[in-house]
Amino acid sequence: MTPADRRLAVANLIVALVALFGGVTTGLFQALGYAGVEIYSSLAPVIRSHYHSLSIHGVLNALVWTTFFISGFLPFVMSRSLGTALASPTLGWVTFWLMVAGLVLAAVPLVGNAATVMFTFYPPLKAHWAFYIGLTLVVVGTWLVTLNLVLTWRAWRARHPGVRTPLPAFMSLVTFAMWTIASLGLAVEMLLVVIPWSLDLVAGTDALLARTLFWFTGHPIVYFWLLPAYLSWYTLVPRQAGGKLFSDPMARTSFILFLILSTPIGIHHQYTDPGIHQGWKLLHALLTFAVFFPSLLTFFNVVASLETAGRARGGTGWVAWFRKLPWADPSVAAQVLAMVLFAFGGIGGLINASFNVNMIVHNTAYIVGHLHLTVGTAVTLTFMGITYWLIPHLAGRPLWSHRLALGQVWLWFAGMMIFSPALHELGLRGMPRRTMIGQVSYMQPEWQTLLPLVGIGGTLLFVSAVLYFANVLLTAVVSRRVPQPAVEFAEAISGADQAPVFLDRWRPWLALAAVLIAIAYGPTLVRLAATTSFASPGFRVW
Amino acid sequence: MVTRRSTTVYLWELAWILPSFAIPVGMLAALAVAAFGAGINVTGDQGRIDPRRVAEHPLFKEPGVVEIAPGQYEVRMTARIWSFTPNEIRVPAGSTVHFWATSQDLVHGLLIPRHNINVMLLPGQISHAQARFDTPGEYPIICHEYCGIAHHTMAGKIIVEPRR
Ligand SMILES: [Cu+2]
Repeated sequence: MTPADRRLAVANLIVALVALFGGVTTGLFQALGYAGVEIYSSLAPVIRSHYHSLSIHGVLNALVWTTFFISGFLPFVMSRSLGTALASPTLGWVTFWLMVAGLVLAAVPLVGNAATVMFTFYPPLKAHWAFYIGLTLVVVGTWLVTLNLVLTWRAWRARHPGVRTPLPAFMSLVTFAMWTIASLGLAVEMLLVVIPWSLDLVAGTDALLARTLFWFTGHPIVYFWLLPAYLSWYTLVPRQAGGKLFSDPMARTSFILFLILSTPIGIHHQYTDPGIHQGWKLLHALLTFAVFFPSLLTFFNVVASLETAGRARGGTGWVAWFRKLPWADPSVAAQVLAMVLFAFGGIGGLINASFNVNMIVHNTAYIVGHLHLTVGTAVTLTFMGITYWLIPHLAGRPLWSHRLALGQVWLWFAGMMIFSPALHELGLRGMPRRTMIGQVSYMQPEWQTLLPLVGIGGTLLFVSAVLYFANVLLTAVVSRRVPQPAVEFAEAISGADQAPVFLDRWRPWLALAAVLIAIAYGPTLVRLAATTSFASPGFRVW
Repeated sequence: MVTRRSTTVYLWELAWILPSFAIPVGMLAALAVAAFGAGINVTGDQGRIDPRRVAEHPLFKEPGVVEIAPGQYEVRMTARIWSFTPNEIRVPAGSTVHFWATSQDLVHGLLIPRHNINVMLLPGQISHAQARFDTPGEYPIICHEYCGIAHHTMAGKIIVEPRR
C-alpha cells in the first residue's frame, strides 16, 4: 500500500460519502412525504417536486455512493492482498477524474430538474443529454478500474507463477470482471439508443429495447454492489470477530458462480413487460433461482465463519455463540446486523424472481422495501462498517467515538426494521412505488395505517446517517494523529491450497458466462432490435 | 498457516450444498406447476403497434368494454399522460375480464391490487392480462410506473356490480 494508492482510495471515499449525504437527505423528504408531511413547497426552488427528490435520491444512493465506494475500496483490498502497489497510479487518477467529470456532467441537469427520470431513466422520458453522457462516463471509468486491477494482478502473477491468487484479490477481480461484462448492456443502451436520441440525432426510441438493455445491467448491478460486501464478510469480518474463514474453496466457488450467473437473469425484472415471450421469462426465472445456490453457499460459509469466532470467544450451544461475537466493535456490529437483515432481503428477492408470484409485488412499495434491505442495508450498512476501520486507517487517526458509532449502527438497524416491513406490507396491499402517495385520489384505508411507520423508520435512518457523517468528520478533523493498523485478512480453516486449480483460471469461466448470456439474451435482443422502428418520440413531462 | 481440510469441514459443506441445490429446484417446479397447471401466467408477446397510430389499430379504435361471451368481458384500453381510456369499467360479479392495453406516449403501468392484474404498458407494445372479479365493489386501476409530474393522478376504477 503506497501513499499514492492510499490517496486514491481517500479521494473515492470522499465522493462516495458526499453522494450518500445528498442521498439520505432526499431520502428523508421521501419518507416524510409517505407519512403525509408535505415539505416540497418549502424546498422550492432547490427541490421542485417529490419526483425530482426521488430521482436525486436514487441516482446518488444507488449509483454514485456504491460505485465510488467500490472503486476506492476494492483497489485498496487488491493491493494489500497481493502485497504490491497498483499497476498504474496514473491510470488510477485518470479513472477517478473521468468518473468525477461524468458525475458532475450528470449532476448538473439532475439537480436542475432537467433529468427527473428516476435512476432507471426509462425512455421515452427524455432527460437532458448531459445526464446520459455523464452516467456513461462513470461506467467507462469503472472499466478503467477493471483494467488497473487486471494489470496489477498480471504483474503479480508474473512474479508468483503457480501460486494461488489470494482470496481477497480474487474476489476483487471477480467483482469487476462481472461488472464489466454486465455493464455492456447499459453501454449499448446509452451509446446506440439513448444518447443519439437525447441529442436529437435520431427522431425516436424504443421503450422495450431500452428497458431490456437496461435490465441486462440493472440486475447484475445489484451484485456489483453486493459482492464487495460479501468480500468483507468472507475475508475481513471473520478475523475482526476473532475467528477464521470456514472454507476458502467454497468461497471461490460461490464467486465463480456469481460471475457466471449474475448477468443472464435480468429479464426477471421484466416479467410484466409485454413483447417478451413467456419462455424467455421462465428461462430467466430458472437462472435466477440458480443464483440462489451461491447465495446459500455464502450464507452458510459466512455464518460458519462467525461461529468459529463466537466459539473461540467462549460461545456455546447451537445459537448462543452468536451473542459472544464482539458486539462492542461497531465495524463488526454493523456488518453482522447487515447480514441479519439481508437474510430477509434474500427471501424477498426470491419472491421477486418468481415468474408469476412477481405479479403481486411488481412495481409496488414492496420493491422499495426490498431494495432498502439489499442496497440500503446489506450494502450500505456493511460499507459503513468498513469505513469504521478503513477511514481511521487511511487518515491515521482513531475513530472519534466508538459509542456513537455503535449507536448509529443500531439506530440504522432499528429504523430499517420499521421502514422496510411497512413498505413490504404496503406493497402487498397494492400500494404503487414511485408515486406521490400523499396526493393520490385512490388512497386506500388499509394503506393509511402503515404510512406513518414509513415516515418514522425513514427519519430514524436519516438520524443514523447524520451520526455517521458526524463521526467520520470528527475523526478526520478532531482525532489526534496516531497511525491506525489496517484490519488483516482472515485465515481459512479449509485454505486456498484445498481449492482445485481450475478455480484459479479465468478463460473457461468468462467463456461460460458469455455463452449463457448469448443464450439468455441473444434471441430476444436480436428480435427486438430487428423489429423496432424507433417510433417513440421523447417526452419531458415533469 | 495452512490446516489440512478436515473431514468435518467437508461433511458440513456437503450437508449444506445438497439442500441448497434441492430447494431452488423444488421452488422452480412449484412455479412451473402454478404457471402451466393452474394458468397463473405472466404476459407474453402480443406484437408491436405504432405508438403514434394507436387509434388506427383495430383493437384500440374504440376503447371501452365489450361482452365477448357470457361472463367474459374484454376491455380495450389506452393509456396516456395522465389518464386511462376508459377510466371507469362496470362488470357484473363473477366476470372474467380480459384487458388489452397499450400506451400512446411513455411507459405506464396497469395495476389492480389483489386481482393478478399487473402489467407494464409500453409505447410500441400491446399488453394483455386477465382476471376474475367475484366480489362486488369498487377497485382502483392504478398507473404504477412513474410517468411524469402528475403520475399520482393517473388512475381509474373498476366497479363490480352485484350479479343481476
Ligand atoms: Cu402513467
